[in-house]
Amino acid sequence: MNLKYTCAMTREEIIKPENKVYTRPRLLNRNTMHYCPGCSHGVVHKLVAEVLDELGLDDKAVGVAPVGCAVFAYNYLDIDWVEAAHGRAPAVATAISRLRPDRVAFTYQGDGDLAAIGSAETIHACTRGENIVIIMINNGIYGMTGGQMSPCTLEGAKTATTPYGRRTDLNGFPLRVADVVALLDGTCFVTRQAVHTTGAVRKAKAALKKAFKNAIEKKGTSFVEVVSTCNSGWKMSPAKSNKWMEENMFAHYPLGDLKNTVEPEKK
Amino acid sequence: MKEEVKLMKGNEAIAHAAIRYGADGYFGYPITPQSEVLETLEAEMPWETTGMVVLQAESEVASINMVYGGAAAGKAVMTSSSSPGVSLMQEGISYLAASELPALIVNVMRGGPGLGTIQPSQADYFQATKGGGHGDYHLIVLAPSTVQEMADFVGLGFDLAFKYRTPSMILADGVVGQMMEKVVLPPQRPRRTDEELAAQCPWAVTGRPASRKPNIITSLELDSAIMEKNNERFQATYRRIEENEVRYEARHTDDAEYLIVAFGSVARICQKAIDDARAKGIKVGLIRPITLWPFPYKEIAAVAKHTKGVLCVELNAGQMIEDVRLAVGDGVPVRHFGRMGGIVPNPQEVLDALESDFNIK
Repeated sequence: MNLKYTCAMTREEIIKPENKVYTRPRLLNRNTMHYCPGCSHGVVHKLVAEVLDELGLDDKAVGVAPVGCAVFAYNYLDIDWVEAAHGRAPAVATAISRLRPDRVAFTYQGDGDLAAIGSAETIHACTRGENIVIIMINNGIYGMTGGQMSPCTLEGAKTATTPYGRRTDLNGFPLRVADVVALLDGTCFVTRQAVHTTGAVRKAKAALKKAFKNAIEKKGTSFVEVVSTCNSGWKMSPAKSNKWMEENMFAHYPLGDLKNTVEPEKK
Repeated sequence: MKEEVKLMKGNEAIAHAAIRYGADGYFGYPITPQSEVLETLEAEMPWETTGMVVLQAESEVASINMVYGGAAAGKAVMTSSSSPGVSLMQEGISYLAASELPALIVNVMRGGPGLGTIQPSQADYFQATKGGGHGDYHLIVLAPSTVQEMADFVGLGFDLAFKYRTPSMILADGVVGQMMEKVVLPPQRPRRTDEELAAQCPWAVTGRPASRKPNIITSLELDSAIMEKNNERFQATYRRIEENEVRYEARHTDDAEYLIVAFGSVARICQKAIDDARAKGIKVGLIRPITLWPFPYKEIAAVAKHTKGVLCVELNAGQMIEDVRLAVGDGVPVRHFGRMGGIVPNPQEVLDALESDFNIK
């Protein structure tokens, strides 16, 4: 190996734009995130920031933040934001989208916010086919309030309110929201993604980009679920959380597109 | 559209006035006795003319949160409902107040509590004037007594809401919502352009142009020291409103020996009772608070101190009387006459109550 040649490159030569392989997204600011180490929120925030930038939406996007861990999403993405009451983000985004059809409204919600208290707003925004993007981080737990059972908590999973594991005879069954909204005529694109590997991150980004394109082109409601970890709530290390998610969450929440009326599958 | 004189229900007048004011959006859910607001708007199809958005939501909870989203975008947006529906909206109204967003909420009251009745009532006075939802806040509360005022208070409610960046409410009773009267509808005002909106509401979430920092509409603040400052700012706004926006109507108060205080449709029943009393030689005056918050404390006190008694007449068990007592103090007796559950009294009942409460022979 010609080490001498490598070392002879100057700093200026190395940092040429064509040599750059990664950069912080322009719309993701430098505020320190409050998310726990190992949390999926940071990755999804980054993907949303990249997609908005790539689609030229920084002056057109309006984000609607939830109640839950992502309540402070507005601290990290340099776009206009509204923070909605618990579960109401799709109603808030509906009004913004209807009153400003030249803008793109999206919600960023967790499974507690979206699938429990906000189930009616979710179903009806999707039924009306609002031209919005709904992003649901599904980690099967209420993270912000300290790890209680959510509608998406897996059977047997221990949480603060199911200390002996979720029992279906007491607490019902884990809700597959994406499957529900895929049945509704107003949705054009329903997909379930994850961000635990490089490959998964790339696929999730492509899905988010499709979703925002659909909103720009007014194709109807796009619903992007991201199956995620909550290592603090699950009481596991980040690495073990990812493994547990692959082994347990993916079995109940399989990844992939559930519906795409915009780009039907080619035969 | 030019100015027009029409015969219509109070609820219909709300809808027409909203279109003519240049409102940007209405979000509502059916409930008796105010469904004509949404029905009239859907029939008028203002999205074809002024561009106003009209949407039937899946619930009152969704309606008020759509109003929250529209208001956050700087738009002139409103909703209407009746008592049980307005109870469902209280969380959203608290968020509107906390996020300092202008919006108009119409409550055409029916008898409660619970599902109650569909007949007229004024039993939501406490809810409307003392906050209603959680936290320290007030709404500007306008109480119409005629179909004309139903129309006029739409524009007034929006103007005050935008002036002070706080939600306002039209608190009507089922009588005013359902009865038909002559109404003068104002000429059509154009809706604000996006440029006008940006100038008037620099705080609105409109999509962030490169020229400014992100606008964030939120009611959340985890730092108590900052949250207290926020509350102090809200309270300062409320003090300014109390100073500048008290509205009321006074009749026959110059020589009054007795004073009736009543709002909404009840004030008109009391006016007939006052005419009948004066025909019998009993000098009775009327103060009709038009703003229930801010309440005309000083104005009532000034008249009451020259009288032998004050009668507060309401369609409830006694709610506004607490503010009337605060206004009058201990010097003059204050009595209450009310009907509940959707019953509307006739003028003779009011006169009988006045005569018996103050031993007038």
